[in-house]
Amino acid sequence: MARKLPTTDVVIIGLGWTGSLLAEELTAAGLNVVAIERGPWRDTSTDFPTTIDQDELRFGIRLDLFLRPSQETFTFRNNLSQDALPIRQFGSFLPGNGVGGAGVHWNGQTWRFAKTDFRLRSHLTERYGAKFLPEDMTIEDWGVTQEELEPFFDRFEYISGVSGKAGNIKGEKIAGGNVFEDPRARDYPLPPLETTYAMKLFDEAAKGMGYHPFPRPGANASRSYTNPFGVTMGACTYCGFCERFGCGNYSKGTPQTAVLPVLIRRPNFEARTLCEVLHINKDGSGKRATGVTYIDAQGEEWEQPADIVLVCAYGLHNVRMLLLSGIGKPYDPKTGEGVVGRNYAYQSASGARLLFDDKRFNPFIGTGVLGQSMDDFNGDNFDHGPLGFVGGSGISCASTHGRPISTSQTRAPGVGRWGADWKKQLASTYQNSTGISGQGSVYSYRDAYLDLDPTYTDRHGRPLMRMTFDWHDNERKMTNYIADRCTEIAKAMNPKSVSTNRLSDHYSVVPYQSTHNTGGATMGDSPKTSVVNKYLQSWDVHNVFVVGASAFQHNAGYNPTGTVGALALWAANAIRTLYLKNPGPLVQA
Amino acid sequence: MMPRAGLLALLGASVLLSAPALAQNLSFEQVSRGRELVTAGDCVACHTPEGAKPFSGGRAVETPFGNILTPNITPDRATGIGAWSDDEFVRAMQQGIGRNGEHLYPAFPYTAYTKIKRNDLIAMRAYLNTLEPVSNAVDVNQLPFPFNMRFVMTFWNALFFTPGEFKDNPQKSAEWNRGAYLVEGLGHCASCHTAKNALGGDETAMEGGNLQNWFAPNLTGDKRVGLGGWSADDLVDYLKTGHTAHTAASGPMAEVIEFQTSKMPDADLKAMAAYLKDIPPSPDKKPTPLAADDAAMKAGAAIYADNCSACHVGSGEGLPKLFPALKGSAIVQSDDPTTLLRVILEGGRSVATDGAPTAPAMPAFDWKLSDAQTAAVATYVRNAWGNAAGAVDARSAASMRGALRQE
Repeated sequence: MARKLPTTDVVIIGLGWTGSLLAEELTAAGLNVVAIERGPWRDTSTDFPTTIDQDELRFGIRLDLFLRPSQETFTFRNNLSQDALPIRQFGSFLPGNGVGGAGVHWNGQTWRFAKTDFRLRSHLTERYGAKFLPEDMTIEDWGVTQEELEPFFDRFEYISGVSGKAGNIKGEKIAGGNVFEDPRARDYPLPPLETTYAMKLFDEAAKGMGYHPFPRPGANASRSYTNPFGVTMGACTYCGFCERFGCGNYSKGTPQTAVLPVLIRRPNFEARTLCEVLHINKDGSGKRATGVTYIDAQGEEWEQPADIVLVCAYGLHNVRMLLLSGIGKPYDPKTGEGVVGRNYAYQSASGARLLFDDKRFNPFIGTGVLGQSMDDFNGDNFDHGPLGFVGGSGISCASTHGRPISTSQTRAPGVGRWGADWKKQLASTYQNSTGISGQGSVYSYRDAYLDLDPTYTDRHGRPLMRMTFDWHDNERKMTNYIADRCTEIAKAMNPKSVSTNRLSDHYSVVPYQSTHNTGGATMGDSPKTSVVNKYLQSWDVHNVFVVGASAFQHNAGYNPTGTVGALALWAANAIRTLYLKNPGPLVQA
Repeated sequence: MMPRAGLLALLGASVLLSAPALAQNLSFEQVSRGRELVTAGDCVACHTPEGAKPFSGGRAVETPFGNILTPNITPDRATGIGAWSDDEFVRAMQQGIGRNGEHLYPAFPYTAYTKIKRNDLIAMRAYLNTLEPVSNAVDVNQLPFPFNMRFVMTFWNALFFTPGEFKDNPQKSAEWNRGAYLVEGLGHCASCHTAKNALGGDETAMEGGNLQNWFAPNLTGDKRVGLGGWSADDLVDYLKTGHTAHTAASGPMAEVIEFQTSKMPDADLKAMAAYLKDIPPSPDKKPTPLAADDAAMKAGAAIYADNCSACHVGSGEGLPKLFPALKGSAIVQSDDPTTLLRVILEGGRSVATDGAPTAPAMPAFDWKLSDAQTAAVATYVRNAWGNAAGAVDARSAASMRGALRQE
């Protein structure tokens, strides 16, 4: 039996990027905020200081900062005809855990989804006709426009300390930046990171082919930087231990380096760590949430009443929280009705691996964001008419790291994993190889979705969430088209050899691909095709806001965090300026 | 029947009236000025153990002679100072004599507070009277024989105590005098920043002092080990936010900044800076820096490159507002390397303030560096980039390691 605590104004489920950004805004507005986080408190100097943060075995291989499947996992199947089985070791994606969430161990790549992404169905229909889209593709407009979000993208970039070069300021294109990007009000807060030799070769080859490469933007500070909250970050040292690692140098934009130092000084903020929310509670009408019930590290259950509930966990976990709490109608792929769990999407990877004879790339000089990218084949920046597919990929030549264990596993075809041949191969390829990669969109389909598993439960007896997902022909075509473009650019760089990576026939949860899982609690302008309205407010329970990549109606060829951050600040602004004055639905269904 | 609010008001009045000579002090001006002065004196730091109610006493103050527990200074009549008269309060502050005529120990810095003007003390008392009375009886005197004999303080006072309120120096500006009043009196900076002799009396003023395994640095105008390289603006930034472009406060000074100086008015901080910047340099004892090919310097340079340069950077200049500069640092070059060794071994968290909320921290290296390696890297940073200070030996590192284990 849960013991009841005094009511607070706001309870936040999960203290990562979105939770900390919303907590900052709402405590600044004078509300009492309690954040409940199931992982531990995490702090730069105690949890990942420079003395230990480059321990690849601990963090990179044994995944010290990540969620353990025994605490929460998912079941998975490729299609409706299969029985889903539990994921017992996270592979293709790695959910975060603890204060800061995935914001601790991300690379830092910070992009804005394109204007066309936010009205994807309308845009593609207008340009190519409704018949051009596959019949089972369930993409939607998001109910919000990129223009509305621009100030919030901007604010997130300035909070997290993004290095980059603008390619379009208020409509004026700027050579050397991303000329495909939509207009931004001003440049990034920090200049681009340094350029490595591999990036330079890629840049020259891409330009030679008429493409428009630019330095990849992201929250690795190219200089020391003090953000709008007065928190200071240090210039990146290019150590190459970013993704899967915490940053001991205060160089990566994270909740820890950007938001928490000011948040924890506020007397109206409280974080309860090692506390796991079991469900959101509703009143008798079912139209208003009364708070949450959670279990602490001692196994005690508590009820935390609150006027507003913010669901700010990892996107997938947001969806499960709604399903477990009975908020919104679960999606049924057979009828196409219901919305919670609908439009789960992912990303596709492709690319080319280049081996040279005579180059020295010094791959140990790197950082998560570092890379030269081009958007010539991203989104709808190119004419899909003759190609027979929609969507696209960002294409990059990156210098993210040369870490010893993982680098030793990237080997030429036909060479074993150990022994004399392997050693010889590693010695000759470590310095001489680089890659070009495509990060591709995955659009939404009727049979790609999330629901509660009928068989498997967690340690509290609650059903696990079931993921049903596979690649579709549209994505196969797009990704292989991108693989060919990567290979062409690779050849123009004059390597000794090139190998091409294409999309696997079927999606597998085993090899690591991307922790960019999206959808399931999507935003939109109709409760028939979305879980939350344009302000990320539940259509059904007005004092519940669901914030994160769970709101994406599809996944684009961009890393999601920039858009997640912008949506969090957008939602916070709506709560502050609209909802608090008049609590109730902000959009009439 | 009397309305309830009225009854409560009457009850409140009777409680107030029962404390003698109180009503006259409860003017808004007295209380608000008193709060500023109590903040400037950082009374809360010593009179509040961790987690306890503010000013309720019982925190141990370490002295070379043993521990003294701070008394309860809330207005509780039985266990605090609620029953004291104003004159008794003033006598304690200015003369180090308790309510019953007993001598107080100078861990309570009456040697500095003697300079506080009577009307300021009355205002402080007025503010203390507004606190919630907390019943907490503290057995103050934990000293061993013979130091527990309070009458020995008669002799100590004769040797080391010069009573008397602060007198303005007419040769100096009003700002300087305000700064001197705060630094020498309420701020009691000399309690830490002036070394103590074997009997606990002051050595040469403001040339730095060692306490609780920290070295409170020299505050004279010395360029190498003092404030000679600091501007007055640096000092104001430091006292207000705990950070300047080149340094960050940690350890006991972090507490001073958090509870005291960050809450003081800018005008007072400027005054303190003006006074501190006017203290003439202590006699220059600058040693010749060790040669770069010295064995410890070579080892230290290698350890520095591997362990320190990611934050403090190769040139020792650090990163502004984040990682302190070691080049030109007074803490690094102080003759007494206590703080340097402590921070290398134990790490340290800088203070968070509204003006500088980041609070970057340095990790501990005690598990990673041996005594010899710790000494070598300390020696290196003390003699690289134009720095100059004596070499540190492995025995000093070992002894700091041992001392930190005892803490």
